[in-house]
Amino acid sequence: MKKLLAFLLLVALLTPSLVACAPAAVAPTAAPTAEPAQQSAPTEPPQPATEAPAAQQGAQIEILGPWGGLEQDALLKVIAPFEKEKGIQVNYTGTRDVSLVLSRARAGNPPDFYISPLPAVTWELAKDNRLVALDSFMDMDKVKAAYAPDWLGLGSVDNHLYGIFGPVTIKSIVWYNPKQFAARGYKVPQTWNEMLALTDQIAKDGTTPWSIAMGSGDATGWVGTDWIEDIMLRTVGPQEYDKWVNHEFPWTDPRVKKAWEMFGQIALNKDYVFGGTQGELSVDFGDGADAVYSNPPHACLHRQALFMYDFVRKHFPDLKPGEDVDFFMVPPIDPQFGNPAEAAGEMLIMFRDTPANRDFINYWASADAQKLIVQYFGRLSSNSQVPAEVYNDPLLKKGAELLTKANAVRFDASDLMPSAIGAGAFWKGVVDYVNGKDLDTVLKAVEEASVDAYKQ
Amino acid sequence: MKTRGFVPWLYILPASILILFFLVYPTVRTLWLSCLDHRSVHPVGIDNYRFVFASETTRVAVRNNLLWMIVFPVLTVSLGLVLAVLADKVTYERAFKAVIFLPMAISFVGAGVIWRFVYAFRPIEVSQVGLLNALVVACGGQPQDWLSKAPWVNNLCLIFIGVWIWTGFCMTVFSAAYKGLPAEIMEAARMDGAGGWQLFWQITLPLLRPTIGVVTITMAVFALKVFDIIYVTTNGLFDTEVLANRMYKEMFLYNNMGRASAIATLLLVASVLILGVNMFRQPTKEG
Repeated sequence: MKKLLAFLLLVALLTPSLVACAPAAVAPTAAPTAEPAQQSAPTEPPQPATEAPAAQQGAQIEILGPWGGLEQDALLKVIAPFEKEKGIQVNYTGTRDVSLVLSRARAGNPPDFYISPLPAVTWELAKDNRLVALDSFMDMDKVKAAYAPDWLGLGSVDNHLYGIFGPVTIKSIVWYNPKQFAARGYKVPQTWNEMLALTDQIAKDGTTPWSIAMGSGDATGWVGTDWIEDIMLRTVGPQEYDKWVNHEFPWTDPRVKKAWEMFGQIALNKDYVFGGTQGELSVDFGDGADAVYSNPPHACLHRQALFMYDFVRKHFPDLKPGEDVDFFMVPPIDPQFGNPAEAAGEMLIMFRDTPANRDFINYWASADAQKLIVQYFGRLSSNSQVPAEVYNDPLLKKGAELLTKANAVRFDASDLMPSAIGAGAFWKGVVDYVNGKDLDTVLKAVEEASVDAYKQ
Repeated sequence: MKTRGFVPWLYILPASILILFFLVYPTVRTLWLSCLDHRSVHPVGIDNYRFVFASETTRVAVRNNLLWMIVFPVLTVSLGLVLAVLADKVTYERAFKAVIFLPMAISFVGAGVIWRFVYAFRPIEVSQVGLLNALVVACGGQPQDWLSKAPWVNNLCLIFIGVWIWTGFCMTVFSAAYKGLPAEIMEAARMDGAGGWQLFWQITLPLLRPTIGVVTITMAVFALKVFDIIYVTTNGLFDTEVLANRMYKEMFLYNNMGRASAIATLLLVASVLILGVNMFRQPTKEG
């Protein structure tokens, strides 16, 4: 018995030390990477901006990125022609861990490229002088001809370009069932008010109008932030949206509050949302469109990005795009701002200036590579020279058209904010609001966190 | 029998070095980091601690940790004790105890996932996937989203996951202690006419006190450090945040080493205090 007690005490004594170990443990992981990396040759001296010598055969490129699984396979297929043509080997490693990239960059041992899922990370690295300015060697006339200013702007800091987008997606769309709309005599709404009227009509006809599925495990909340971002974009316009992202006016600003209230007008109304607020908070986002396309349907409208199409096709393989499945753009609220699109995507950023790396990012930016990105990822490209025929699915084609025709394109705001807000206080705020907390309290909490987070 | 000289020091040297590297060094470093800014560059004094005690989120986390530290040990210890004593009286004791102990074999993350399914909510119009709501609906009730009902229902639901895992452990320890109790005392008490109930309260319980003390302290320390269950189920949303989860977020999501270290220090101090209480409570009677 004594031994057992002694053992228990020992266990109890040793375990708190694990807690103490944890933060300190990060430092050691960063330390080894400070050693010169064995696989990548030391950075070559910067080449003069004119005529870079051809990359040597047998050179290697290391890319880190957020993708695994199917997306990783797609990326490798996009890279394959480049490897074959140039005789350069590209090594890709997928990691969700952004801090790994940051710490490697700080330790002076970055990979050649990183596929950055968050513009905020690109900006931070560029401001720290960790990245190669692409305009120092790329043919900017060509780049500007192929990419819209909004997209280049997201990859730029202080008028230097640091990143070129790969696959992108449009977020400001509402999924519906055209057959069901026709049968019930509903029309695709052209304004926000028409959408509210339609919502009310559907509710009166005895169906819950909306499915809002916010469940996303440890990321629950982002679906709600997307709603608010879309509303902000349509009520205050792109310029003020940028200011909001940069926290140039507070969360307690009446315009922000109004956007939340407009979201709440739908999201907090038990008769408007399938499963009420409880269903909204707990149904996984991947199942969000199920309520719209199930038989019988439990909802008629679902606002979610174009990637939802993957889930719909998987869950309902028999539905025909354009006939059973379709989407419309979240309609304008203030006519002067028209129909702006919220988008998201990943961009390639370059840490080391070598001939091989220059070749690779030129390839990545080319219409040829962007075409392959569209084909293999099944998403959109921000390169306007990618021909429409590449989009072999009517809905992908439509998404691409909406994105190019949009009055303005703005990136997902929460991805641009400091992570303590964009992946923290904002998510939590939306969840608290839907769960019944008072809006002023919620906004005050997000504002407090922001004052703190933007300081750093 | 005291031996002077350096030989005893030599004996404890390997252990000391290990402790120095794996316990003392990280602790001191954590303390140091907790006084630096988010990138561990500039000193910020007690700013990080001010955040830990003043911000709304960490206040909720402290509250929830306290709730865990009270409810979790009370439930695990009392259930474990009752089950240990009852198991002693049944025919298939081994099988019974094995079943209760089984959750211990499941990883916390696994348990979190399992219970997320148990608590899962679907609107009443579609069929329920969660066990608990399926039962509620079968009995004619409305399905509930258990994990969003702050602050009591969801926190207690989460604590129950911990109880489900740890009760078997407590039971096993108590069972071993119970079987080690001298049979003569029990017999004597019975001769004096004590009933089962009296026997439990007057004899068994006082004799098991040292064990109960240690197990309770151990459970309280575990409650203080709870992380996996929260991370997998709610990730601290709906006011279920706990300190360890907040520490993880500050460190890996928000890249704020200073605050993460300050929370780690708070957890360390709290654990040491609890253990200190235990040390003083039990005078060492080694022999």
